[in-house]
Amino acid sequence: MCLALPAQIVAIDSITGMATASVDNVKVEVSLALVDEVVIGDYVLVHVGYALQKIDEDEALKTLALFAEAGLMSQA
Amino acid sequence: MKYISEFRQQALAKQLANAIAQSVDVNRHYRLMEFCGGHTHAIFRYGVQDLMPDNVEFIHGPGCPVCVLPTGRIDNAIQLVEQHDVILCTYADLMRVPASGRNSLLKAKANGADIRMIYSTQDALKIARDNPTQQVVFFAIGFETTTPPTAVAIKQAQAEQLTNFSVFCNHVLTPAAMQAILDAPQPVAIDAFLGPSHVSTVIGNQPYEVFAERYAKPIVIAGFEPLDVMQSALMLILQLNEGRHVVENEYSRAVTQQGNLKAQALMQEIFELRPEFEWRGLGLIPNSALKIKASYTDFDAELRFAMPSIKAADVKGCECPAILRGAKKPQDCKLLGTVCTPENPMGSCMVSSEGACAAYWSYGRVRG
Repeated sequence: MCLALPAQIVAIDSITGMATASVDNVKVEVSLALVDEVVIGDYVLVHVGYALQKIDEDEALKTLALFAEAGLMSQA
Repeated sequence: MKYISEFRQQALAKQLANAIAQSVDVNRHYRLMEFCGGHTHAIFRYGVQDLMPDNVEFIHGPGCPVCVLPTGRIDNAIQLVEQHDVILCTYADLMRVPASGRNSLLKAKANGADIRMIYSTQDALKIARDNPTQQVVFFAIGFETTTPPTAVAIKQAQAEQLTNFSVFCNHVLTPAAMQAILDAPQPVAIDAFLGPSHVSTVIGNQPYEVFAERYAKPIVIAGFEPLDVMQSALMLILQLNEGRHVVENEYSRAVTQQGNLKAQALMQEIFELRPEFEWRGLGLIPNSALKIKASYTDFDAELRFAMPSIKAADVKGCECPAILRGAKKPQDCKLLGTVCTPENPMGSCMVSSEGACAAYWSYGRVRG
């Protein structure tokens, strides 16, 4: 129920507040009613047809770096 | 797929497993409750439990909205559609949840009731626009993740003067359930929590701080991918080893301290707290659910159709209630896999893909 998929915004209709998002090249209609300042190219979390939150690329990279750090710890 | 495949890499999973194995204190047992069904599902599907040392145990929590909805509310929905000739719109997860008398929304639909599975609240609005002479009711369930889309629909229905649209509101709140588990008369032994992923994108980190402080429980907000779960388990183990108990955020690519303020403002505008609400397994919990505010009362299906409060018993022998409290595991239930399967569920935990019994049945029963 609380599952949400990362999807990339590929088109925005600024009049209706709806956007087209791409999940692995499958296109879905997404409402932007719950997020501000989303632009084409952004990744958002899509839940029941709504963009819930923008995904922060820098933070994603930091988390991946944390995994690598744990890997170093395991080899120490 | 970006933001998915990187968080499922096998080589990193092995390294994280090694790091966890080296971090645990062999003289203690770590009981980590994953609050969300999404985590339960990831733990079973990706075999995360098997990558953990024997003294790290996952305890499955109540964070599956379909699972915690009491039978009486499903009975309400079936009565509504059968007695008032409405079009009932629902998320697919609810269709097979057992109602009283071996009934379900799926069986009611087979018997002719106009019940429609929808993906988004936007679909429910479209059905209301397309059927102006009929009453259209949206059966709203879910935690804080799913509540804002319901709020958007109510606001949009008001703006469009869609007078044939209303909502049967069953939205529930995560912090209240966490509190109920910690305050239970015979509390389940839990050392730390894996905090919700997408609930937290909406409510932020801040609401969990009281639990970390008052109950001295470490909490790590964790993403739903397997590496997120493992990294978060490691962070919890390190906190426990060091005697710390704070809220940490592993899922920082989507969760902020404040959460989604726009979604929160919308929820506050449309909904208010119910004095109490019944949860399957947890009983009546004060201030744990939302109802539609008086200013939007025209869109409240419970008032429009005068829906009664229905008390209904669970199927005899079904351990769903104890499983939802973390007091029992799916394999402790005598019905599991005998009379209760995903094709013929006796309890809600076998219905939803996030339910602990469904996860165990799909992935866990073949474990060595």
